[in-house]
Amino acid sequence: MSTELATPAPAPSVTGSGAERPGPYAVRLDHVSKFFGPPRARQQVLDDIGLTVAPGEFVCLLGASGCGKSTLLNLVAGLDRPTSGEVRVPHGRPALMFQDHALFPWLSAGRNVELALKLAGVSRAERRERAEELLRLVHLPDAYGKRVHQLSGGMRQRVALARSLAQGSRVLLMDEPFAALDAITRDLLHEELTRVWSERRLTVLFVTHNVREAVRLGQRVVLLSSRPGRVAREWRVDIPYPRRIEDTEVTSLAREITGHLHEEIVRHARH
Amino acid sequence: MPATDTEDSRRTSGPGPRRPETGTDGSGEVASGLDALESADSTPGTASRRLLAKVASPLAALALVLALWQTAYALDWSETLPSPAAVRGELTGAWSDGTLLPALGHSLLRCLAGFAASVAIGVPLGLLLTRLAPLRTVLGPILSAVQSLPAAALVPVAVIALGNSEGAVYAVVLLGAVPSIAVGVTAAVDQVPPLLLRAGRSMGAGGLNGAVHVLVPAALPGFVSALRQGWTFGWRALMTAELITATPLPGIGRMLDEGRQGGEMSLVLASVMLILAVGVVVESLLFSPVERRVLRSRGLASTGR
Repeated sequence: MSTELATPAPAPSVTGSGAERPGPYAVRLDHVSKFFGPPRARQQVLDDIGLTVAPGEFVCLLGASGCGKSTLLNLVAGLDRPTSGEVRVPHGRPALMFQDHALFPWLSAGRNVELALKLAGVSRAERRERAEELLRLVHLPDAYGKRVHQLSGGMRQRVALARSLAQGSRVLLMDEPFAALDAITRDLLHEELTRVWSERRLTVLFVTHNVREAVRLGQRVVLLSSRPGRVAREWRVDIPYPRRIEDTEVTSLAREITGHLHEEIVRHARH
Repeated sequence: MPATDTEDSRRTSGPGPRRPETGTDGSGEVASGLDALESADSTPGTASRRLLAKVASPLAALALVLALWQTAYALDWSETLPSPAAVRGELTGAWSDGTLLPALGHSLLRCLAGFAASVAIGVPLGLLLTRLAPLRTVLGPILSAVQSLPAAALVPVAVIALGNSEGAVYAVVLLGAVPSIAVGVTAAVDQVPPLLLRAGRSMGAGGLNGAVHVLVPAALPGFVSALRQGWTFGWRALMTAELITATPLPGIGRMLDEGRQGGEMSLVLASVMLILAVGVVVESLLFSPVERRVLRSRGLASTGR
């Protein structure tokens, strides 16, 4: 059902999946470290992260607060540079989705999607049709002219997903995108996301602190330790799709991973 | 991948052909059901009702003030208080002898020209301050200080420097409006949520694209308030300047000063009414609708009325 890949807790470059098997990858981080602050009082946020995500793979990054998850996504998104190490995203700028929908409130849902299309270089003639198609894809066929404030939280995140897809990237980075939603809506969006992922053959790097969500969604779950963030362990999740969050396989693997997550947190408390 | 694939034969995950999630149609239906439950249902009232609601309360306030005024006059509370009718007579007299329109026109033109110049200077200045931190450290406190200075304190300076001229009047208007516009624009840009800028950058909207597509529209409500405050400050500064400066051209401030010199309370009150009316008209016909529109389109104002 699941297989643990690597165990050493403070391990440098744990994954190795791409290193040992040269081949295509969608995202690759080699010995990535990141420091913040002035040189004298600088704080390490990420420590020697090694991670390879294959094209079409769905990887969940899991960690308590302070593990540098958002920093890591910023690096992959190209919004920030690592202090050392290398971040490679060969197929261009990935799309980024946030916990807060980050839709532009002065534009309608459709125009939000169209702006992303425009910035991605899609011609004016095509934009309207593509935007409507993307909104249909996320089950919002009537949302084109709606303002952001007229949409519910779940609808906003679906528009945000459509906008991310409009950027034309095959790599989607998600920063706790469903953390602020209620459980019913979140379940639904899990289904939507996995459907869109498999239909569009996307590569997804999904950050969460919700263990069951990580197991429900990912083909691989990577556990990060906190302060600084390191890859602590990772698991393959071989539970067949479609999954449900209440599946016993999901819950039992989640329980196992939660144990390790707690160990990480306790280990940090002892320091 | 490391050789971790053990006996697990029924795995469907992994980069390869995947089974799509079943129940897709079902999820779509549940989704639209949830959407219907959660979407805000806003039904604005009819146009005539909204107009009534908008006009009724200012009219009621006006009626109340006039009634109190008339009562105070009838009961002879104050020896200097003229009747509302006397003030109206002053206004119609000024209209018929052809002094009202030039005074009003010149004041409005000065204010418009001064406001336009203040926008042309204040907006770029404010934007520049958000870009250049050292400039902001130096100019920010100065602008705030000038903003807090009453226009009356600037008039003597302007008159001695530029004489009793139109130039002195404009200088006072600019010193009143420019700092408030610049400070307002800076604040508007500061208040743009960083997340929106980050989202814009992740979509490839950086630099000029980011300014056009994200920064400016995001700061628009703040820009509107900055302009409105600039107009108000400019109009007040203009009245002060006209009142104190002996300009060759007429203006409402001049009317006010003539009333003061002649001890004619009715002319003074008539001028005050005009100043007030211009403020109310510009506010309710220009800034207020624009602001409401900007806020409503963002869901920041109630949609009911």
